[in-house]
Amino acid sequence: MISAITFYLFSAITLLSAIMVITAKNPVHSVLFLILAFFNAAGLFVLLGAEFIAMILVIVYVGAVAVLFLFVVMMLDISFGDLRKGAMQYVPVGLLAGGILLFELISVFAVWQFAKSSETNIASPTPDPKEITNTEALGQILYTDYVFAFQVSGLILLVAMIGAIVLTHRKRPGVRKQNVADQQARTQSDAMEIQKVTPGTGI
Amino acid sequence: MELLVIGLGHYLTLAAILFTLGVFGIFLNRKNVIVILMCIELMLLAVNINFVAFSAHLNDLTGQVFTLFILTVAAAEAAIGLAILVVLFRTRGTIAVEDVSTMKG
Repeated sequence: MISAITFYLFSAITLLSAIMVITAKNPVHSVLFLILAFFNAAGLFVLLGAEFIAMILVIVYVGAVAVLFLFVVMMLDISFGDLRKGAMQYVPVGLLAGGILLFELISVFAVWQFAKSSETNIASPTPDPKEITNTEALGQILYTDYVFAFQVSGLILLVAMIGAIVLTHRKRPGVRKQNVADQQARTQSDAMEIQKVTPGTGI
Repeated sequence: MELLVIGLGHYLTLAAILFTLGVFGIFLNRKNVIVILMCIELMLLAVNINFVAFSAHLNDLTGQVFTLFILTVAAAEAAIGLAILVVLFRTRGTIAVEDVSTMKG
């Protein structure tokens, strides 16, 4: 009973904030509603018994990705009003495409059922949560069965980091910077010279 | 699908509606790249809900492992997408999608 109420609460707020994400006039509000949607989705994951995924969703999505969105939205000086002009003319097409998609998804969900072999084809059964916590159980298979995929996802993050740095890095002309190599290469002979000064004549 | 006993069907329905909202948002905000990226995040969240719901229903942890990988790829995608967006804004002064139709070196 309580879990049903909690489910409906979390899912209603998730859906409402998703609607606000796509209809808000100001993208800053969109980002803030996206954060709300992620928090409520994390609540749903806790209800499903996936605590680790829920916490990762809050830390990675709210802490990193959404803040990145917020940063970019606030950094770029864009007149968002112009971007919304003429948006209404595509609402019928969008409703048509979305309606067809929703109809297809619901009609699939209405009639499908598990294959008979699905009960026996479990790759890594969930251990009893009273003995092993969700995080520990995930770690036990993530670092053994899926270690290759884990390494590859680390590589993907590395490539994304290098790509983002290379894309946004720019050289500004006219900025004076310390050049350590030039400073080290300076020798006594090009830095100073000794001149004979005869008294009374000057240089 | 009873109303008070939450089962797999409830989560699948929620994910379906969330995914559809993401698709509809792309149509609604077809000029604004930032909101399109946010809609993609919403669709990925719907997929994640599906994965975790099946994982919980089948008592199989593999779904949660795959959700972790989806989260990784989504974070990388958001970082690269926003970096491209910043470079686009620097060179063009706008982020409207239709102004990006010409590709010049």
